[in-house]
Amino acid sequence: MTETEKHILKEVAALDALPVGAYNIRSNGVSAARNTTADIDIVTKEDVSGIDIIIKPGTKNQSVHIPVIISESGLKEVVYNDFFIGADCDVTIIAGCGISNCGGHDSRHDGVHSFHVGQNSRVRYVEKHYGEGTGTGKRLMNPTTVVHLQDGAYMLMETAQIAGVDDTLRETKATLAENAMLEIHDKILTDGDQHATAKMTVDLNGKGSTCDLISRGVAKGDSFQEVNLAINGKAECRGHAECDSIIMDRGVILATPALKAECVDASLIHEAAIGKIAGEQLDKLMTLGLDEKQAEDMIVQGFLR
Amino acid sequence: MLELKHISYVVGDKVILNDVNLKTDDRFVAITGPNGSGKSTLVKIIMGLITPTAGQVIFNGEDITGDPINVRADKGISFAFQQPVRFKGLRVGDLLKLAYRGEKNVVEACEILRDVGLDPRLYRDRELNDTLSGGEMKRIEIAMAAARGSALSLFDEPEAGIDLWSFQSLIRIFEALYAKTAGSILIISHQERILNIADKIIYLKNGTVECFDERDAVLSYIAAVQKKEAQRA
Ligand SMILES: Nc1ncnc2c1ncn2[C@@H]1O[C@H](COP(=O)(O)OP(=O)(O)OP(=O)(O)O)[C@@H](O)[C@H]1O
Ligand SMILES: [Mg+2]
Repeated sequence: MTETEKHILKEVAALDALPVGAYNIRSNGVSAARNTTADIDIVTKEDVSGIDIIIKPGTKNQSVHIPVIISESGLKEVVYNDFFIGADCDVTIIAGCGISNCGGHDSRHDGVHSFHVGQNSRVRYVEKHYGEGTGTGKRLMNPTTVVHLQDGAYMLMETAQIAGVDDTLRETKATLAENAMLEIHDKILTDGDQHATAKMTVDLNGKGSTCDLISRGVAKGDSFQEVNLAINGKAECRGHAECDSIIMDRGVILATPALKAECVDASLIHEAAIGKIAGEQLDKLMTLGLDEKQAEDMIVQGFLR
Repeated sequence: MLELKHISYVVGDKVILNDVNLKTDDRFVAITGPNGSGKSTLVKIIMGLITPTAGQVIFNGEDITGDPINVRADKGISFAFQQPVRFKGLRVGDLLKLAYRGEKNVVEACEILRDVGLDPRLYRDRELNDTLSGGEMKRIEIAMAAARGSALSLFDEPEAGIDLWSFQSLIRIFEALYAKTAGSILIISHQERILNIADKIIYLKNGTVECFDERDAVLSYIAAVQKKEAQRA
């Protein structure tokens, strides 16, 4: 692995070395390293680019790492990763994509991830997007995540895009069966002339299903963010969506909530707030010795932690 | 060490502070006076949160009127807010570490929470968001000022919202702070028990210093004023 690749791996998956457990590291369009375990199989797809990750029922306390690295300027790819998670599992999945573009051509990764989570399974899914490089070529990412939670399944998605991605459209669609629960924590920081759109649609189909969607965004420079959080309550269910944003400089944020209740026992809540950093927060940190810029940075860092 | 020269603060046609002059080098100074008399405004002017429309703030012989808040902090002034500020995402430990100028790690820095009656293990990682109660926020705010140990510490109604038990602890904190800094502590308060530990008291009314003297002299002055007002009513 080159130094750039190692660095990206650290940024997107917090890895200094090959991980333990199952993994598939994709670098510049090909599988660079792979490991399977007795309970977790990884199979290359035949028809399209991508892999199937098959996790046996009852698999507990195991992890799968599937980071993607792009360091060739101009590389464009669409990758399909399908997760089949059996019943009664408890697993952590670490995905993430890092693009280093030092050339003049746009690099783009479109990842389509679908999750079939079996009954009463618990999944923690972590996905981080990161871009770097000095080239004029853009770093583009369009992740699509499709989630199907069966009865009693639980999924926590922690998604973040903290730096260096020029344009992104993140789409998340989920369906929840009885007593299933989905939590999404999405964090995004844009700067310069970056654009980011996040669209989440959750169908609460089963009785007793719940979702909690929390989106935090900071738009600096001339960047633009759009957040759409939609919840459809089709049964006795509880849904909560929260969109909390800080705008700085000339940033623009458009937050659009959409709640649809199709059942009289559906209880749906949406909260959205957009504003600049509160003056008194800056004042407080300045009384502790930070200058205005340092205070701003600390507030933003905390907000996106 | 602190001198205010002809400080005024006017917003539109409302005079909030009117030609305030004072000089103090005392250990404990209490500022008291009716609601809306300008106490918080005065202290915010000393810290630099508000720029006066006229006058100068002199600290250790130096005119600091034009200094930003953080420069004043570096020169040795700290301020515990009347209404502590909440932050989404920042934790108690983050701010206490900052209060110690990064000289202590989070765990060490949070030991000071014991002095305000909070268990460091339970509060260290709490976010300073609206899940903390008003009294908890207030105690943490006081802990931050104690952690900084500045030459001039400003407290805006530190006892407000704090229960009886911690009242004695609060006074112990002021004493410990003084023992550490040998500086000055300026406390805005309406509480007799705080006024009773003050060396001097500033009595502010309608934006002017009506009386600034040794504790007992000001307490009798206030008592006389209150008696007169009661008679009139
Ligand atoms: N920016 C402003 N514009 C208009 N009026 C203001 C402004 N800031 C403060 N005031 C007014 O100035 C007066 C003094 O306010 P200040 O907060 O200093 O009072 P205080 O003595 O601390 O009162 P309290 O005991 O209630 O805390 C109040 O009448 C307040 O409404
Ligand atoms: Mg006040």
